[in-house]
Amino acid sequence: MALDSKIPQGPLADKWTKHKNTINLVNPANKRLIDVIVVGTGLAGGSAAATLAELGYNVKAFCFQDSPRRAHSIAAQGGINAAKNYQGDGDSTYRLFYDTVKGGDYRSREANVYRLAEVSANIIDQCVAQGVPFARDYGGLLDNRSFGGVLVSRTFYAKGQTGQQLLLGAYSSMNRQIGRGKIKMYNRHEMLDVVVVDGKARGIIARNLVTGEIERHSAHAVVLGTGGYGNVFFLSTNAMGSNVTAAWKAHKRGAYFANPCYTQIHPTCIPVSGDHQSKLTLMSESLRNDGRIWVPKHKKDVEAIRNKTLKPTDLKEEERDYYLERRYPAFGNLVPRDVASRAAKERCDAGFGVNATGEAVYLDFASAIQRYGKEQAHVKGLNEDDAALVKKLGQEVVKNKYGNLFQMYEKIVDENPYETPMMIYPAVHYTMGGIWVDYNLQTTVPGLYAIGEANFSDHGANRLGASALMQGLADGYFVLPYTIGDYLANDIRTGPISTETKEFDEAENKVKDAINQLVNNNGTKPVDYFHKKLGKIMWNKCGMARNEKDLKSAIKEISELRAEFYKDVRVPGEANEFNEELAKAGRVADFLELGELFAKDALQREESAGGHFRDEYQTEEGEAMRRKEFQYVSAWEYKGEPKNAVLHKEDLIYENIEVKERSYK
Amino acid sequence: MSGILNSSIGRKFAMALSALFLMVFILQHFAINILSVLSPDTFNKASHFMGTFWAVQYILQAVLILGVIFHFVMGFVLEIKNKSARNVSYAKNNGNANSSWMSRNMIWSGGFILVFLVIHFIDFWIPEINTKFVAGDMSGLIDPTNLESGFRYHEELVHKFEPIWRVALYCVGFTFLALHLLHGFGSAFQSVGANNKYTIALKGVSKVYSIGIPAGFIFIALFHHFTGTH
Amino acid sequence: MNLTLKIWRQKGANDKGKMVDYQITDVSPDMSFLEMLDVLNSELITKGDEPVAFDHDCREGICGMCSLYINGEAHGPDRGVTTCQLHMRKFKDGDTIYIEPFRAKAFPVIKDLVVDRSAFDRVQHAGGFVSVNTSGNTIDANAIPINKHDADTAFDAATCIGCGACVASCKNSSAMLFVSAKVSQFALLPQGQVEATDRVLNMVKQMDEEGFGNCTNTGACEVECPKGISLENIARMNREYLKASFKG
Repeated sequence: MALDSKIPQGPLADKWTKHKNTINLVNPANKRLIDVIVVGTGLAGGSAAATLAELGYNVKAFCFQDSPRRAHSIAAQGGINAAKNYQGDGDSTYRLFYDTVKGGDYRSREANVYRLAEVSANIIDQCVAQGVPFARDYGGLLDNRSFGGVLVSRTFYAKGQTGQQLLLGAYSSMNRQIGRGKIKMYNRHEMLDVVVVDGKARGIIARNLVTGEIERHSAHAVVLGTGGYGNVFFLSTNAMGSNVTAAWKAHKRGAYFANPCYTQIHPTCIPVSGDHQSKLTLMSESLRNDGRIWVPKHKKDVEAIRNKTLKPTDLKEEERDYYLERRYPAFGNLVPRDVASRAAKERCDAGFGVNATGEAVYLDFASAIQRYGKEQAHVKGLNEDDAALVKKLGQEVVKNKYGNLFQMYEKIVDENPYETPMMIYPAVHYTMGGIWVDYNLQTTVPGLYAIGEANFSDHGANRLGASALMQGLADGYFVLPYTIGDYLANDIRTGPISTETKEFDEAENKVKDAINQLVNNNGTKPVDYFHKKLGKIMWNKCGMARNEKDLKSAIKEISELRAEFYKDVRVPGEANEFNEELAKAGRVADFLELGELFAKDALQREESAGGHFRDEYQTEEGEAMRRKEFQYVSAWEYKGEPKNAVLHKEDLIYENIEVKERSYK
Repeated sequence: MSGILNSSIGRKFAMALSALFLMVFILQHFAINILSVLSPDTFNKASHFMGTFWAVQYILQAVLILGVIFHFVMGFVLEIKNKSARNVSYAKNNGNANSSWMSRNMIWSGGFILVFLVIHFIDFWIPEINTKFVAGDMSGLIDPTNLESGFRYHEELVHKFEPIWRVALYCVGFTFLALHLLHGFGSAFQSVGANNKYTIALKGVSKVYSIGIPAGFIFIALFHHFTGTH
Repeated sequence: MNLTLKIWRQKGANDKGKMVDYQITDVSPDMSFLEMLDVLNSELITKGDEPVAFDHDCREGICGMCSLYINGEAHGPDRGVTTCQLHMRKFKDGDTIYIEPFRAKAFPVIKDLVVDRSAFDRVQHAGGFVSVNTSGNTIDANAIPINKHDADTAFDAATCIGCGACVASCKNSSAMLFVSAKVSQFALLPQGQVEATDRVLNMVKQMDEEGFGNCTNTGACEVECPKGISLENIARMNREYLKASFKG
């Protein structure tokens, strides 16, 4: 099947408006006759469910957590971008579009990104109207901060809990519709298959995680807002439950999976402390506004710091290597995430890591504390030369801005980041890859849509900070609810979809067989054993830097691990009960397939772009080397085993932006 | 508005209003009683006025009795409701980590106060009512036939505090009142929605009132016990 | 370090549960509490026993999924953290640790330490929103300036993660802190004013119907709240409720 991205004709800036004006609509009376399933209740799924219900569709929403409010969007800290230009610093829709395409290393679709930039301003209006308490200045207007990879301040925020506030906003909109009976909410339900009838997605099979019951749910269209697959690495900043299962089942039913190898490794996470570690904690990128990243210049100081004979605060300025400021003077500590992560890895690989494992660099707030302290002393008419006073005032400012993050750091690491620099190291955070969708956010299966992190569309090979929230809400509030009408307009006479068909029988039996196989396996090792092993392979061979040899061995090892998993995994308990291990086993089984496709995708992409860095393709200075012949989206078609997946290419055409060397120097 | 007592906040509000009323009453009661130490004569006059003025006797006294009954009945109703909101209790609960003993045991301090009140009623109020409304002696005199005999109130009070058992009972009763007030005073304000920049100051007032008033009552009892023997 | 764990085990919602003792060895002080339970579960599974079921998801203290009543306190002895952020360095070698589910009639046990908190969702359905359509055709975000103090106070109330520690800690299983946080957030913002009367009446009504107890102002909820939601919110809700009652 040839990939048709269905990008509307016409000038870039008019595409979305023109498209909205010409697509089919469903009249309000008919919307009542149409059911839509939304899987996932994060920013994308939650906002889509609320908006679809508001438009009049009957929505069934599913989440595996005990409430829609728990979706992992809630953990996003730093902020949300929007081209409002409230700061008057020259921001515009075009500039946000440009930054996003450039930040994505010219591997995203122009039309989608422009639309995203276009609706971004609406998101802020919408959220404020919902009562989202964004940060404000003393004049009562909205405040902004700046984020990595851009030269303007366009990030709106609510302290370090922006994702939480936006998600609770979407959740509140859902609640309004649940109260009206327009959304039927299924908590603690996990989608285990998509049901395709006559080539169209017509429902899902879900497992009630409380009773273990397998349920059939039908609808005229199915929307997946099920997030990313970063947990294929076992250790990531994702929630423990974040998984690829819904997306992977869709893939197995015919949805192409695009760019699986594009993974964002976030530069500022709390380093791993030991083997018991179950997840990694992010420290918001906003910290790079004020924190300076460094390692010691000399190995002897590194040794001394590791032995704890030298305190980092005692090391003189000239003995420190502020390597981002050194390498990228224009952007300094605010280079995009992929660049910052690789630079940290480069220093640590060279032996300059500052903790016991050698995998940590410093993020230092001392100079910000000084700067803010002096400013405050000046404002208050106090003595600017009183070091203790300046420090105290400065710490207050920093506390105001990042208090919750500092507190979180102290609880986890047991060190006071106001007094000593934080230790950070990159960790898997976000996956730009995902289900392939066209301009309407429809997958290659008609009637099956993917939104938010679950799709591949807007971030190319690297996502800029504060853009995930923007994309999730743009898709859910302002894009999908309209584009889905174009498809559903043909379904106004279809009537309710029956679940008593052979397609539902087949899907349900398949799900039940897979569950029974896991429960009756009687192996010896818990699920986590395999997940951790998979994670190690992924991190070591498909992590921040990849090469042909490692990728080939990763493919082999993952495939072997998968065989071992089915032979030796032990899932205690029964199928028909609350069984966390069973749910986990199903998710890990899918990760074991996705991981292989991931490595295969990374292997075929013989270039470096954004989050995908191939050792073989770098410039003399160690920067990523993009290659023109790889200016395409790789979309994989499922053919039985990951190794048999067939590659389809969607060429990326840049008409409004000049593809340039991506430089932050 | 009609169903306000059917809502949890409405019940709390009513509870707080009755509490605030009772606290004003206790303050008034104390103010008159302390006169028995400072100026027996004024005490007698005040007591006579309170005991014979129609508005106090027929309106305020009725309101007070209703207020007391309401406060207790509602207290027990709430306790039963609150207990039933947790059907399985914790194997280990560390209440001291997050709340004061007083706040968690209002039902016990309240219960003891009720016992004390019953005794107090039998002890003071019933004889008083008996004298005034059954025997019909509204004169307030030690000897109603002798206008020169003087008011009976101070003398009766001093007489009451002769036995040590009664003094001890009052000491215990007022200790429970102090414990009850230490949480109840601030709680009543919170229930009516007053939690603002004055709350810290209110906490100070709460301490003074909750400890000062019961201590004052105890002082009065002890004072008369030790100084009043003829 | 080595620890004795006393854990509530209950097969299903309708089964009887009991406290069961477990020994765990070689616990690292850098582990989080839930990682310690992961280790226990891993051992149980390897031995052929059923692992202990507990709720958890983000493991960074924001999703509100994790619960647990640890040594008599919601989210354990540390302040300002959820169970997933509680670290084993808060305990000593040889300690006995009680681990129980959050207890309230409105939070029935599903299995072991997992409870059903959907009552919270239903309270939100009753009015925890501003009735504005998600069409995007609203006024500009900066059209109504909001006093910074009010915006910040609304934010503080809005940081509630809906974990239920307030209910679990309250001797009356009252949900007032949770409900008041949402009522306060909207009461403090101009966007929330329009529906203020109905919101507070409906949410409190639903709260009562769910079987939560009455607030007796013990303040336990505020102390145990991992997000430090203030009791001022409860006072504000009381005011809002009384205002609404006398109006309506």
